[in-house]
Parts: sequence; C-alpha cells; structure tokens
Amino acid sequence: MSELWYELEPFLQQGTLGLVNGAFYAILSLGLAVIFGMLNVVNFAHGAQFMLGAFVAWMLLNWAGIGYWGALVLAPLLVGLLGVVIERTMIARLYKLDHLYGLLLTFGLALIIEGTMRNAFGSSGLPYQVPEAFRIPPVDLGYMLMPAYRFWIVVVSLVVCLGTWYAIEKTKLGSYLRAAVERPQLVQAFGINVPLMMTATYGAGVALAAFAGVLAAPVYSVNPAMGANFIIIVFAVVVIGGMGSILGSIVTGYILGVIEGFTRVFYPEASATVVFVIMAIVLLVRPTGLFGRA
Amino acid sequence: MLHVRGLEAWYGESHVLHGVNLEVAEGEVVTLLGRNGAGKSTTIKAIMGVLDSRKGSIRFQGTETIALPPDRIARLGIAWCPEERGIFASLTVKENLLLPPVIAPGGVALDRIYALFPNLKERLSSQGTKLSGGEQQMLAIARIMRTGAKLLLLDEPTEGLAPVIIQQIGRTIRALKEAGLTVLLVEQNFRFAQRLADRHYVMEDGRIVDMIPAAGLEANMDRLHAYLGV
Ligand SMILES: Nc1ncnc2c1ncn2[C@@H]1O[C@H](COP(=O)(O)OP(=O)(O)O)[C@@H](O)[C@H]1O
Ligand SMILES: [Mg+2]
Repeated sequence: MSELWYELEPFLQQGTLGLVNGAFYAILSLGLAVIFGMLNVVNFAHGAQFMLGAFVAWMLLNWAGIGYWGALVLAPLLVGLLGVVIERTMIARLYKLDHLYGLLLTFGLALIIEGTMRNAFGSSGLPYQVPEAFRIPPVDLGYMLMPAYRFWIVVVSLVVCLGTWYAIEKTKLGSYLRAAVERPQLVQAFGINVPLMMTATYGAGVALAAFAGVLAAPVYSVNPAMGANFIIIVFAVVVIGGMGSILGSIVTGYILGVIEGFTRVFYPEASATVVFVIMAIVLLVRPTGLFGRA
Repeated sequence: MLHVRGLEAWYGESHVLHGVNLEVAEGEVVTLLGRNGAGKSTTIKAIMGVLDSRKGSIRFQGTETIALPPDRIARLGIAWCPEERGIFASLTVKENLLLPPVIAPGGVALDRIYALFPNLKERLSSQGTKLSGGEQQMLAIARIMRTGAKLLLLDEPTEGLAPVIIQQIGRTIRALKEAGLTVLLVEQNFRFAQRLADRHYVMEDGRIVDMIPAAGLEANMDRLHAYLGV
C-alpha cells in the first residue's frame, strides 16, 4: 500500500496542479468553440483578449483603485464591449467569405493588440498581488496542500464552464443559439435577430477570455505575451476536442491540463510538448477531434 | 393582403425569377403549381426575405418588405415552412416547437396543436430529427401555427409522405383556413391542392404564366396538365 502510494502521490499532486492550467484551457477553448459554432470564425485574437483582461484588471487596480473582485466583473464587461465593436465594425463584413478571412483578420488584430500593449507597458510584466481574501493557509486535500488562490481558480472555472454549458444546452436562449448554429437563415425567418445574436455571442466569448485573464493575473505575470503563450496550447486543445463542441472543449481542457501535470512527473522535459504530441495523434486517428462531429 | 409585383431574384449570377406577379387576399388558400425548377421555392424564399439578391415589390398588409431583413418580415406576420422542413437536430421536439417566438396574439394554442398532432405530444423530449419524415413535417407546420402569423408560406408539405399523413396535413390546412389564416401553398401533389385551394397560380421558368380559380379547374384540366407535364 505505502509503496504504491509513494508511486502514485506525485501523479495525484501534479495532476491536481495541472487542473489549474486545465481551468484556463477549458475557459479559453470554450469561448473559442462558442464563437466558432455561431460565427464560423476562428478567433485568433482570443489570446490577446485574455491578456487584455489581465491588463484591464491591473489598470483598474492601479489607476482607479478597483480591486480584484470589481475587476472580475468589470474587465470582462469592458473587453467584451470591445469585442462587440470589433464584431460590428470588422468581423461582420466577412461572414459571406471563406473562414480564412476571419482567421486572418483576428490574427492581425491579435498582433495589433499585443504590439500596442508592448509599446505602452513594455514586455517585462507587471505585478498583480494575490487578492487579500486568498492570503490564507493552503487548502489541505489530504495528499497535498494547494494554495488557496489556485484552488479558487479550479472551482470558479468549473462553475463558469458548467454554467455556460447549461445556458447553451438547457435554456430557451440557448435553444436559439443551437438552432442558429444549424440554420441561421431559418432562425432569422422566425423573427429572431440573428445578426444581433452573433454580435452578442462574440462579445460573450471575448468576455470569457477576459475573465480568464483576470483569473490569471495573480498567478502569471501580467505581460503582453501571456496570451500568445497560452493560446497556442488552447488551439491544440480545441483541435483535440473537436472544433465547435461545447462540452468537448471543456472536458478536453481539464484533461489536457491533468495530462501535462502527469508528464511533469515521469518526463518533465516533455510537459510543454505533450499536448502537441496528443494533437498529432488525434489528428491522425480521428481528424474531427475526440468530441467533434464529422 | 400580399401583393407581389415584378419580383426578380438571383442565386449568385443565375437569374431565377423574372418578374413574378401574384396576389393573395386575406383568408385565402392559394397554391403555386409548376414543374420542378420553375421557381416556386425561390418565390417563397424571396417573400420571406432569405435570398441575398431580389428586386421588385412585395407588399404585405400595406408594408413594402423588399428591403427588410427576414426577422422584420417575420414580425409583420409572415411564417415559413421550408421545403426541407428545417427541423433542428440539436433541439428536442419541444424546443423545436417552441422556438419561433410568438409575434402576435391569435396563434393556435398548444393544446389544440397537440390535439391535431398527437404523435408530437408523445415525443416532446426526443431529438427533433429522430422523428419520422411525416412527424417532422407536422412539427414544421405546428411550430409556425403558434406564432400568431397571419400568412403561412408552406413549401411542399406533402412531399414524400404517406397518404394518411397527407390527409392529416390537409385537415390541418383546412382548420387554419377556418381560423381565418391565409396560406400560400406550393404543391406538386395536384389532387391535394385541388381540395384545399381557392385559386391556383401556375409557374414556369421564373414567371407566373396562369391563374386558375378553383371553380374553373375542371374546365381547365387539359391546360393545367400541359403546364405540369403530367
Ligand atoms: N441555392 C441555389 N443555388 C443556385 N440555384 C438554385 C438554388 N436553388 C434553386 N436554384 C435554381 O433555381 C431554379 C428554381 O428553383 P426552385 O425555386 O427551387 O424551383 P421549384 O421550387 O419550383 O422546384 C432552378 O433552376 C434551380 O436549379
Ligand atoms: Mg421547390
């Protein structure tokens, strides 16, 4: 028993810590999946919008004296609003064209946003303290002590992901969204303002990214590259889960975080690349992704 | 109620409607007959506003709709049951049924809909596309009866269905007419159309080429057969 436990414990510990990264993968890939499902746009600016969420939290704190809890609400609203403007003025013009144009546009936007932030704030990173409420002893999970703020990240991400899933799969508004993903024209012919829904969906997806950015601010340094680092892995997560599947993107996000954690135990050098290895295998075996429909 | 004048429509470069003229009065059931590819579905889609490119005039209860988006047209009181039925796979039967928002009072109550289509009531929690073809057609009609729309555009509701189901759909359309609704019905099944309609328009190559009132039908049977090629 104790022999076996000795072997297993590091896996359990690293797997649990992996859930923290998994929480970000899940929220970010969920937002990408929702946007892709409704707009047919691969939102390459997602990482930049995540980073903006963290920066807005920093600005709110340092320029307006608004702390973490206020930022958790305000930053997603402000960045989501920017998303609404971007959709109305730019993305909406591309719906009739190939996917590729939306991807190129949002990629360009990502570069502009990141470049602007780098000019304004430098690339070294700004500090953001762990909020007061979490400067408490770590949570005792029995097999490890988990810093309270990291524990909070996992919990709140689960709530947000499951809440979003519920809203889409089980509510009336969600039924409009699912229907519009299938046949936007018919839904509009029923009297529903589908263009407005698309704007709102993009805004909501962007707000999710910004929310994740605020969550990340106290654990990663707030810097212009933080989104770019994350988003590459998140795109791999989306490919593995299957583009456009809501539940698939959530589950895959957490699982890949955990797998990264495991990898850190038996072969730490590979922990940064294991996601891409899995992506390659999934693409070969099941090109539509684990949860994707053909 | 509905006045279509000089309606033209395109799919990309291809010019499909060449000046369609038709009228539907309140409370009428009017059919659009014609061979495959004559432009019947395109006419319906143009009225609903779901074509990218159309020109001419479509007035509904005095409002010009040619430049309006489909959601605004729907809110004026026009509802569409498309030829491919358009049942949503990611929605349950009940969600499909309740999807179109009520746009005006006076729609058919849910109880009455369940009485007309008992099969639907038994399968409310099934996935929409798990229904049989006939049930899907009933669902597609049922969901637009609830909304209070005054003009229903039904595109080949009997296509590919068994005779009992065709009868059930016939009864439904008659009930809608008795309730004072107006119906523009595209049909290939001429026997079916004959029993329901007040007037028949005949389409050929993107134009209305004839209009035959129900009363004049027997006398004009040869003419109609020539149009339809039956
Ligand atoms: N989505 C489309 N794209 C291009 N051409 C189309 C499309 N739908 C229909 N057409 C063409 O438009 C013409 C009229 O079609 P339609 O209105 O569907 O005829 P009907 O309903 O009378 O059978 C046909 O020649 C058809 O091939
Ligand atoms: Mg047709």
